[in-house]
Amino acid sequence: MKLRTNALIGGLLVATVTAMALLSVIWTPYNPLRLNLRMRLKPPGNLHWLGTDEFGRDILSRLLAGAGASLLVAALTVLVALLLGTLLGLIAGYFRGRIDRVMMVFNDALLAFPGILLALGIMVVTGANKYGIVLALGLAYTPTVVRLVRGTVLSLREKEYVEASRVIGNSELVTMLRHILPNCAAPLMVLGTSMFGWVVLAESALSFLGLGVPPPAPTWGNMLSSGRPYIESAAWLGIAPGVCIALTLLGINLLGDALRDWLDPRMEPR
Amino acid sequence: MSSSFLLYLLRRALWTVPTLLLVAVLVFVLMRLIPGDPAQLILGDAGTAEQLADLRAQFGLDKPILVQFGLWLSHMASGDFGHSLSSGEAVLPLLLERFQVSAAIVLVAVGAATLLAVPAGLFAAWKQNSLTDTVIVAGATFFLSIPSFWLGLLLLLFVGLKLGWVPVVGYVTFSQDWRAAASYLVLPVITLTLIEMGVLTRMARSSAIETLRLEYVTHARAKGLSELRVLLRHVLPNAFAPTWTLIGLVLGNLLGGIAVLETVFTLPGLGRLLVDAIFARDYPVVQGCLLFTAGIYVLVNLVVDLFYPLFDPRVATS
Amino acid sequence: MNSRMNARMPAVPQSPPAGQGAPLLSVRGLTLRSAAGTPILNGISFDIAQGEVLALVGESGSGKTMAGRAVMRLLPSQVRQTGGTITLAGHDVATLPDRGMRSLRGQVAGMVFQEPMVSLNPAMTVGAQLCEGLMLHEKIPAQAARERAVAMLARVQIADPEGCMASYPHVFSGGMRQRIMLACVMLLKPRLLIADEPTTALDALSQREVMQIMADLTRTSGTAVLLVTHDLQLVAHYADSVLVLKRGDQVESGRAGEVLRNPREAYTRSLIAALPRRDDSRPAVADAPPVIEARNVAVAYPGAHRLFSRQADKLAVDGVSLAIRPGEVVAVVGGSGSGKTTLGRALIGLLPLAGGEIRFRGQPVGSGGRQDRRDFRLACQMVFQDPYSSLDPRQRIGDIVAEPLNHGEPLTRAQRRARVDAMLAEVGLDGLGERYPHALSGGQRQRVAIARALIRRPALVVADEPVSALDMTIQKQVLTLFRQLQAQHGFACFFVSHNLAAVSEVADRIVVMHQGRIVEQGSVADIFDRPQHDYTRALLEAAYVAPGQRAPLSVAEDGAGSLALGAAAS
Repeated sequence: MKLRTNALIGGLLVATVTAMALLSVIWTPYNPLRLNLRMRLKPPGNLHWLGTDEFGRDILSRLLAGAGASLLVAALTVLVALLLGTLLGLIAGYFRGRIDRVMMVFNDALLAFPGILLALGIMVVTGANKYGIVLALGLAYTPTVVRLVRGTVLSLREKEYVEASRVIGNSELVTMLRHILPNCAAPLMVLGTSMFGWVVLAESALSFLGLGVPPPAPTWGNMLSSGRPYIESAAWLGIAPGVCIALTLLGINLLGDALRDWLDPRMEPR
Repeated sequence: MSSSFLLYLLRRALWTVPTLLLVAVLVFVLMRLIPGDPAQLILGDAGTAEQLADLRAQFGLDKPILVQFGLWLSHMASGDFGHSLSSGEAVLPLLLERFQVSAAIVLVAVGAATLLAVPAGLFAAWKQNSLTDTVIVAGATFFLSIPSFWLGLLLLLFVGLKLGWVPVVGYVTFSQDWRAAASYLVLPVITLTLIEMGVLTRMARSSAIETLRLEYVTHARAKGLSELRVLLRHVLPNAFAPTWTLIGLVLGNLLGGIAVLETVFTLPGLGRLLVDAIFARDYPVVQGCLLFTAGIYVLVNLVVDLFYPLFDPRVATS
Repeated sequence: MNSRMNARMPAVPQSPPAGQGAPLLSVRGLTLRSAAGTPILNGISFDIAQGEVLALVGESGSGKTMAGRAVMRLLPSQVRQTGGTITLAGHDVATLPDRGMRSLRGQVAGMVFQEPMVSLNPAMTVGAQLCEGLMLHEKIPAQAARERAVAMLARVQIADPEGCMASYPHVFSGGMRQRIMLACVMLLKPRLLIADEPTTALDALSQREVMQIMADLTRTSGTAVLLVTHDLQLVAHYADSVLVLKRGDQVESGRAGEVLRNPREAYTRSLIAALPRRDDSRPAVADAPPVIEARNVAVAYPGAHRLFSRQADKLAVDGVSLAIRPGEVVAVVGGSGSGKTTLGRALIGLLPLAGGEIRFRGQPVGSGGRQDRRDFRLACQMVFQDPYSSLDPRQRIGDIVAEPLNHGEPLTRAQRRARVDAMLAEVGLDGLGERYPHALSGGQRQRVAIARALIRRPALVVADEPVSALDMTIQKQVLTLFRQLQAQHGFACFFVSHNLAAVSEVADRIVVMHQGRIVEQGSVADIFDRPQHDYTRALLEAAYVAPGQRAPLSVAEDGAGSLALGAAAS
């Protein structure tokens, strides 16, 4: 029951945001970049359903476009982290011994950089743009994936069906690819969902700090950031993007919970 | 204190050395990846040709890279982090000063969050699937889905501006006027506490649920112990271990993430220092922040791991 | 710290006046259902008199564990009592308020659980756990509690009671933990002990020890016992009366000796028939050069090289020589740590040797070229112990069984299909090729494992405790299947087991291992009738088999089970 509710609400939220993002590619009420200095800082009304910002740009349109930006960055980042992390984690778990030890020392050192610090560091080098963020955040989250995959691989190696695969004549490589890798899918899915949420949050935080996608391209983070000075006079500037981020995160979290619950009893055979 | 436990402490403490070394290597490499002449980057535009040559010699920029690293490392290790390009201050004292602000917020918030989250999670687990449980989980999920800077902004708006209960801008150190200092920190601390409560409550709850299923809990009940005693003496210590690890991760995350809250509330903390330095291309400060923060995180993890056997004695004897 | 919590424990509520012969525990029509509605127990009834031992016997799914829990009102939240009454020491368990129930627990009824690894709190010292209940119920000071705890630990034969008190549970072996559990429960002097499969998770030798300690303790203190078990040997040797359960239904009950000697119901008869029976009619094995031979083989423990280790590397297998002829079934028995499983894995090349050599069909393994190594690998297969982890949950049954066919001569699709279908039919699983492992029962999964091992008609099969994880009647089925296939296909077999009695049905030759070495070997008759080594004798005793005994169960002539120590031995 709880599973159903979580999945439903979460799915609904995520679907809405995705729809927003997809919609924004083909149509928005107004051009998100178009300035209209005569309509600056208008509160929500008939013409502009969510009001306008300090340059007269329509907030609703910018929100839609921002959805696209956030989701795209998050999707690419998660992809990078999952692919790179899985590859490295598989290598570490497969070879073990010295290679594994060296890799783990590096991994731990990378993990020693808390949260977005590593991303910040990398962005010092890459500069602040869409691809810089993907690279920076992707690399920053890779060590987490490596750790998960390596741990899963190591525990799967102890399973008897992995031993059985060797006994029936399969080489180590075939065993890894046919028996171990597919069984990593479940924990990877759960991690991937959580990570998607973290990345959306991190990207909006970076944008808020001014280190993300640079204006005038709208992201929810930089919309919040530019709305800050007007918090008292034009509160809607700060509220709308925040609501979007919060609802997106809520949706992702709920979906992640539902996913975890769904996978859990199935994996337990008894 | 058994010998295997001491061995565990020693092994764990020694492990931090190669990690710290690698962290230093990573920071060094990162800084060298920045396009431009390293000496120029350090001195900025104001350097004269003489100073540049001087610096180059000092850092051995004409020597092999390993030697450069060695020289750099010796500077860092002796506490010489260089000087800020923007303000000219020595970097390390600046870092320490800013760190106090960030640390104050983070430690108080995480401490408060833990004190609230653990009982809440335990209670929710005990009453699993009841209305109370659903409410607690919903609340926790809600709070952890809110971006901290937005919550901070909202609190600033309503509590600070509209209600005027606390000041919104400014900061004084505790030594100057502790009442005022506290009032500046109230909102950021509350914001952070609420959000971290979300994360910690969920973890406390799920590990308590796992523990409640285990046989030694039924055994404790079979001895005739009251539910309260069972929860406090048998469930809590065992269920707490994963939450304790999470606290370490949370503290670490906040070392980086606190930057946003410091920006919202304009507090002179470490996070904001880093962000400002990045904008200002103040590379000595950037480098110092990275090194310092990562180093602190390694120490935090060490402390977390050292206390872990308190909650799970099995770890120390592997 | 906890005086406040201890203070208000009420004394055991006054029992309503009862007649002299009133039973200690009286259960009538007990019905349990899960929250989803599935029935767990359907109206069972029994009595336990003071000092009596009642065995609750059944396989998995019989509901016997829940019956034990219901008596103490410790049912998990998804199980509910929907009918019947439980009267414990005159009190109606269902209507007792929480406080009353708590005072009954521990003092009137105590419980010992099955899994010693998880039944003690890993974060509390043994001493704290022992004294906790004692101080709570009897309100004695800490020092007095400690002394009694130490005395009780000595009674359960813990070597260093003082040291034990200060240690954490995880440093002890399974057998020791069960004894600590026993001490913990008996310390409170309960009138009824509920023992839920107390020895199932233990080593064969520890099982007998722990049961004897339990029998001794309960007899001297006059404690009644509700023994929940699947093991008929325990019923025969320790129980006064027995109640047989099948899927929640009460099938048969009565005096233990009576029921075991003259079972009335078909199910009870099938349980007794499931006990391993010595098979002396096996044809002699043809004398031929051995299929596989181990010469002075030594295998080290995995991960034996520790950074600070100073002791000499202990060997899991130390100087073992063994030869198996074609078609011969060699059963290897021993306790945990004997090296039997390690030897099996080393024989087929899964583990590196630290010394000695293995010869396959006369040639040393590893000396030949790639083709020889390949032949060796394919001719030696293995059936694993755990049906729940030996099959890849993501593969269909048909694919699992077909996978070994990838090596060797290439087959067309149709040929593969045909062979897989034929193999599945042989193990009695026809038509199940499209299913996934999680849809199959434990017994069915083991059949799949056997099919996978046999599809390439190997010369040697290493069977690592292939039926240990299964229910008794299923064990019998799978073992019978295995014997059949072995007789039909004639493969040699290295059969590992911890239970000496169980191998008497399949073995041509028995090898007894202890701490990495072979201590005795011989035919079934040699080992069972004329055991030479002390360890062999100990194993026989642990399996409740007296030398020369033919019948699987030795029940005393007067029909009464026996609590007296050593009554079944010598």
